Amino acid sequence: MSRFDAELGVILKRYPEDRQAAAMIPALRLGQEVFGWLSPAVQQLCADRLGTSPARAEEVATFYVMLETHPHGRHVVELCTNIGCCLSGSERIFEAVKRKLGVENGGTTPDGRITFREVECLGSCGTAPAMLVDEEMHERLTLEKVEKLLGGLK
Amino acid sequence: MSDTLILSKRWGKKDSHTLASYRADGGYAALEKALGMDPAAIVSEVKASNLRGRGGAGFATGLKWSFLPKDIRPRYLCINADESEPGTFKDRYIIAHDPHQLIEGIAIACFANDIHLAYVYIRGEFKRQAEILHAAVQEAYAAGILGPKLLGRDFALDLHVHRGAGAYICGEESALMESLEGKKGYPRLKPPFPAVVGLWGKPTIINNVETLANVPWIVQNGGAAFAALGQGKSGGTRLFCVSGHVVRPGVYEKPVHYNLKKLIMEDCGGIVGGRAVKAVIPGGSSAPVLAAHEIDVSMEFDALKAAGTMAGSGGVIVMDESTCLVRALARISKFYAEESCGQCTPCREGTPWMEGILHRIEHGEASAADVDRLEQVANSIAGNTICALGDAAAMPVQSFLKKFKPEFLRHVEHRGCPYGEHAWGLTQDSREAVVGEMRV
Repeated sequence: MSRFDAELGVILKRYPEDRQAAAMIPALRLGQEVFGWLSPAVQQLCADRLGTSPARAEEVATFYVMLETHPHGRHVVELCTNIGCCLSGSERIFEAVKRKLGVENGGTTPDGRITFREVECLGSCGTAPAMLVDEEMHERLTLEKVEKLLGGLK
Repeated sequence: MSDTLILSKRWGKKDSHTLASYRADGGYAALEKALGMDPAAIVSEVKASNLRGRGGAGFATGLKWSFLPKDIRPRYLCINADESEPGTFKDRYIIAHDPHQLIEGIAIACFANDIHLAYVYIRGEFKRQAEILHAAVQEAYAAGILGPKLLGRDFALDLHVHRGAGAYICGEESALMESLEGKKGYPRLKPPFPAVVGLWGKPTIINNVETLANVPWIVQNGGAAFAALGQGKSGGTRLFCVSGHVVRPGVYEKPVHYNLKKLIMEDCGGIVGGRAVKAVIPGGSSAPVLAAHEIDVSMEFDALKAAGTMAGSGGVIVMDESTCLVRALARISKFYAEESCGQCTPCREGTPWMEGILHRIEHGEASAADVDRLEQVANSIAGNTICALGDAAAMPVQSFLKKFKPEFLRHVEHRGCPYGEHAWGLTQDSREAVVGEMRV
């Protein structure tokens, strides 16, 4: 059995037998983890396993910002620029990172190393500014901290 | 004022997230006690406690529970951990520091309402918190707290953690259920309310994390004791999240009617650099803004309502005198434009329209007529959408214009932002110089 099916089996047990479609987000997230991004083929695979139409998988995959329907860099860096973070200086960090990486918002470095984008409130306003690096939260950012974090991404 | 801590008393303790630590502090004794009570008596205690929903709407929890139709089964409980309202960051600490307190609250709520399956819907960005909670749930299963025999009684309870994937709208209760059913997060028309037609069409209670974390204390100490900690129709303490230009941002557990000015000026150490307060948003970014002269007010739900704003999610956003409020509002509006689900026309079209006008005002490309139009657009969204996101987007705009209109007009006259480059005042580097370790 493939890794995808083995792990999906565990996930499906959390939902009633006649409600397996409820596992759509976890299934897509797993697909993203195993295959890198949600290509139409991966969406189709999730739909097949959950007994839904591929359109159902696609509408979910394209609705949620953490589900990636396009290939992205080896690392995804997401900086919050919402009100709490901006009041603590995240705009300056945002501009500096774009300059440093030579990308616009949502862009990927030419070497495929980092995709960088701004995101909405991460629920870290008390420890602002905050950023996700490959879904791991980093808080109380300074320019120096961010540069060090980016430098560590290979 | 009492210094009773209900929710945060164990935060910062070594291994506070483990079952062993929770039990050492008397954890699950409330569940034990509840299992010996008549379920209806538990609901009565919660009613008597004046516990009101901590997610934003402030609805009476006991009353919500009593809306479940008597004869329809199964029923479900969804725990709302989608904490996404800008300025709000409390539920993540309950989950990270004291997940068993939440699990115990869930178990009591399920026993009281004859519910055998519950889901915690946690926002996707809280990966670590979801892992901690999942581990705590596994511990509770292994210890026989959850599973086929709730603490050895003849009551089965299954609890699962369901991670979202990044959508503010999924914190709205009906969108949360749609999302949990494996669909995009489109809010449903109400009525019917979730208590009658909810998850998979069955009666469902949806409660916020902080709301449920209070339940063990209420069972242990009685509803009246909880009510006595608060004021009027609001019982207990609250986790207030303070962010922005204060010296010590963070989460503060205070009586539900604590004074806003005292919280900012005393508990949080006032404003960085000793500057003056300009504006405060008291209940998450949707709440109407208060001007500096209005902040000497109780934060109790009805008191803030009387002050023309709302207690909402307890997220207090503080802006000092150096803040450009047009820029602040533009950023808030951008959030609602990004997060509108697109189902209702006024919100889908209106939110980016407001963002665009604000952007033009900030950058000196707008006329005084645009400022009027901004108000018209906000008024056209409010009350005309399926869910409250439309109102949430309109309220900041309406209130900023009501209280700070001269600042908008100054931008128009000045042909741009009079504050120039540094419209946010504080930088993290300047905060570092004055702030030691964070409280949480």
